[in-house]
Amino acid sequence: MRQVPAEQVTETVERLFIEANYHLPPDMVSVLEKGEREEQNPVAKSVFRTILENRRVASEGKFPLCQDCGMAVVFLDMGQETAVTGGNLENAVNEGVRRAYDKGYLRKSIVGEPLFERKNTGDNTPAILHVRVVPGERVAITVAPKGAGSENMSALAMLSPAAGPEGVERFVIETVRKAGPNPCPPIVVGVGVGSDFEGVAELAKRALLRPAESSSSHPRYAALEAELLRKINDLGIGAAGYGGTVTALGVNIEWAPTHIACMPVAVNLCCHANRHCSAEI
Amino acid sequence: MEKCRRLNAPFLEKEASNLRAGDEILLSGVIYTARDAAHKRMSEALARNEKLKVDLSGAVIFYAGPAPARPGEPMGSIGPTTSYRMDPYTLLLLELGVKGMIGKGERSEDVVSSMKKNGAVYLGATGGIAALLARTIVASRVLDYEDLGPEALRELEVRDMPLVVLIDSLGNSMYREGPAKYGKNGK
Repeated sequence: MRQVPAEQVTETVERLFIEANYHLPPDMVSVLEKGEREEQNPVAKSVFRTILENRRVASEGKFPLCQDCGMAVVFLDMGQETAVTGGNLENAVNEGVRRAYDKGYLRKSIVGEPLFERKNTGDNTPAILHVRVVPGERVAITVAPKGAGSENMSALAMLSPAAGPEGVERFVIETVRKAGPNPCPPIVVGVGVGSDFEGVAELAKRALLRPAESSSSHPRYAALEAELLRKINDLGIGAAGYGGTVTALGVNIEWAPTHIACMPVAVNLCCHANRHCSAEI
Repeated sequence: MEKCRRLNAPFLEKEASNLRAGDEILLSGVIYTARDAAHKRMSEALARNEKLKVDLSGAVIFYAGPAPARPGEPMGSIGPTTSYRMDPYTLLLLELGVKGMIGKGERSEDVVSSMKKNGAVYLGATGGIAALLARTIVASRVLDYEDLGPEALRELEVRDMPLVVLIDSLGNSMYREGPAKYGKNGK
């Protein structure tokens, strides 16, 4: 059996969170440049220019892209032929988060108990860790620091199967309309359809990891993504909510089997700083 | 930003009343950062009749919790958080003299009414351009609530911070006018 030291997981998580907070992924840069070209409102167009300039300054490595350096979301695919040695996997991930947010001068944004005390944990832990056991030996880690402005505007509905694609469309568009300027548009819209209550939310979050301009491999979902993108941009919210023709940079749908009585749908919005970064050990 | 006007903080009702929704401004002077937890602390202190360490008269409050500053830098990345969460605490602060708020997103009707009554303005910084905004901060110190970490009450000296007037003291809102012009859904 292959062995991976826990320390290597820690070092990888540390490196990825610093990288993600200072360097916007190429797929996001490309859709922002396209948005800047296509935007009709001069004020919103200048917001696009500012976002691209901000990204350039952040990439120099002194100032993170956004002051909200996010909750530390980690997707970890663990090959079942591999064992983590010399430490516990969850602790190793949290130690990586702790080091990244300290060494990278990233904001620590996590409170421990959420209702009464709300005391900052001081090191941005615990991470939100999604582990899948997969065939083979590889250990794949994706980190996605997630800001709260767009997270707060996300929504989930347990629709009736009779609501159909139109029902999903209405819920997605209504969620984006209600969010207005709050999630820092231009946004990426992650949609989950199917699974169950908690599963659909994870699908929506995973949808945000797909390149913003990519399409679902299922033709009918791909068509729905294109239709949603057009209708969301017709809302006129625009960059920073100042009005404009480009509100969303991409709509990504992920789906999964569900119960005969269910049609869960989740909408996870992400700001233009749709940060994610991956590595394999 | 060719038609930018310059504004100095703190400012009075008269200066606020000259601003109109959509105006681009460059703000300099002294402002304060306070967000969720600092607003809760301030409002609890005021309820106990305690004096705050911030002079609210003409004050501008930036809803922000910055990233930590690197050695030798006055400030780390800084940008607006979504303002509606501060709405429940804002009416009292406007009554006590706050004339400007910097944030992003819509405000409640109550807040807009109080802004009209008290002659205050709501200014917008673009969300997610925090590396650029950091470079407009000349100096920074924690005034109170240091234990809140990024949520501490801070005094900032700013130079030419680029902002947009989102809601003016007459209640005009840039968030209504812009999307109405570019939306195609007839709402």
